[in-house]
Amino acid sequence: MKNLYELTIKEAAELLKKGEISSFELVQSCLKQIKKVEPEIHAYITLNEERALEQAKEIDIRRKKHEKLSDLAGIPYSAKDVYCTKGLQTTAGSKVLEGYIPQYTATVISKLNDVGAILLGKTNCDAFGFGTSTEHSGYGVTKNPIDTERVPGGSSGGSAAAVQYGGGLFSIAEDTGGSIRCPASFCGVAGLKVTYGRVSRYGAISYASSYDTVGPIAKNTEDLAMILEVIAGHDPHDATSSNEKVQDYSKLLDRSIKGLKIGIPKEYFQDGLDEEVKEIVEKAIEKYKSLGCEIKSISLPYTEYAIAAYYVVGLSEASANLARFDGIRYGPQEKGENWMDIITSSRGKGFGEEEKRRIMIGTYALSAGYADEFYKKAQKVRELIKNDLLRALKEVDIILTPTMPVLPFKFGENDDDPLKMWLADAYTVTLNPSGLPGLSVNAGWSKDGLPVGMQLIGPHFREDLLLNFGHKYENEK
Amino acid sequence: MTKPIITKEQVKHIADLAKIDLSPHEIEKYQKELASILEYVKKIQEVDTKKIDFKTHVGVKNVYREDVPTESLTQEEAVSQAKNKDGYIIVPTVITKK
Repeated sequence: MKNLYELTIKEAAELLKKGEISSFELVQSCLKQIKKVEPEIHAYITLNEERALEQAKEIDIRRKKHEKLSDLAGIPYSAKDVYCTKGLQTTAGSKVLEGYIPQYTATVISKLNDVGAILLGKTNCDAFGFGTSTEHSGYGVTKNPIDTERVPGGSSGGSAAAVQYGGGLFSIAEDTGGSIRCPASFCGVAGLKVTYGRVSRYGAISYASSYDTVGPIAKNTEDLAMILEVIAGHDPHDATSSNEKVQDYSKLLDRSIKGLKIGIPKEYFQDGLDEEVKEIVEKAIEKYKSLGCEIKSISLPYTEYAIAAYYVVGLSEASANLARFDGIRYGPQEKGENWMDIITSSRGKGFGEEEKRRIMIGTYALSAGYADEFYKKAQKVRELIKNDLLRALKEVDIILTPTMPVLPFKFGENDDDPLKMWLADAYTVTLNPSGLPGLSVNAGWSKDGLPVGMQLIGPHFREDLLLNFGHKYENEK
Repeated sequence: MTKPIITKEQVKHIADLAKIDLSPHEIEKYQKELASILEYVKKIQEVDTKKIDFKTHVGVKNVYREDVPTESLTQEEAVSQAKNKDGYIIVPTVITKK
């Protein structure tokens, strides 16, 4: 039999229901695995051990009383450290928020709490989601459990690494420009970037408010569907959360995809795509063909402007969102002669290298004399990028691409040139400006045993279709 | 040599606007990095956007609700994370006599 921490949510839920295992044992198994693996991998910033064990006992008692419980009741999970958790330190991966204890809980965490899911702790990430490798955390790097010389992807690297090694059965991560899909791909697990507004952002520390999405990372699409059913839906605390009906995603996983059209954007299979990644994704396309799907070549002509437009708009929003970190209301405070000194020195000391870089680009793009040339222009290009995708999705049911153009890279590989790292996000960033959902599932493994993810893109609020396609592939593998 | 897209003085100005204290070493480093990034993102200028309106993209218009008071944080909770507090947040004098 598998170790308990290796179970999927679905497997664990069945064993819990049958009374073959207890939630206490399941939580203990994950905590034991965390203790064993963490010294090397460092996926977590903060653990919630005592409270987690207490909650597990409570759920076990309720189950013994034959209370009707959710499938997620008693299932241990982690949350990226950008979600406010009342009474539990929340840092966003930045020293500027070290020691911050939120006085309220993010809606996504409350929803999971309400159904009895058990929070094991808060996972490491690039500060404020600024990164593709989890090398830009104020709390040290997270290593890829598959190959510890390599990055786990980012920015939600701690979340994906924890799911990979069994430090919790799933994780709630955050995607502003690939931050769920990239680490899911690099760690060989599944990650869903939802449609903008599908899941409430209340209590999530903002990066770029018009891009930010809250979503799950898990071992497979079946688990993602179970989580989404719980976390999706309108929230009065988030005016941008949608009233669109939440579907029974789990029940829709097995629909036939025969005769459905998959679009392959030619711009995503050109220069800069690793040969091995290309081969594996092309094999996956063949697999879909054998399942009866029609494959169609499509074009997304504005692809080459996506990264530039993404960063100009995203960093403009980030520079405004991060203005609140002043050392006065929360976070460590530096000494100063006057209030301005306190603010500039608290920010100068608290923000890391990448945070400063991104805030300054955003400040520049919004500043007098440059706003028309950069910010407003980028917003218009954003519209064209979105139209590109929407037009394509009228011709085909779903779009398939590699998630990342490269295999998981080694630590420090992109240190000399921050721009080079940004360019690795080419395939993922287009979805955030356009609000579309994207799913990364494992497509296969390289000769050296490194995971390759593929990305499925669908129309707004069609997470059901993405999970359906992903599930079919996983079953065929 | 052509003029860089962003000078050291401009980096300093941007850092002042962003209220971030930078060391001389950081200013030098960011001048190079910001210049290379801005050169790259400048490519959006090539795109013809004459027919495109500037929009906000979140897909929703104004969202209204009834103005009904609900429970919120207590005063103590609201200021709990500030370093200097006494039921309110204490900051140094902002306006001084010349």
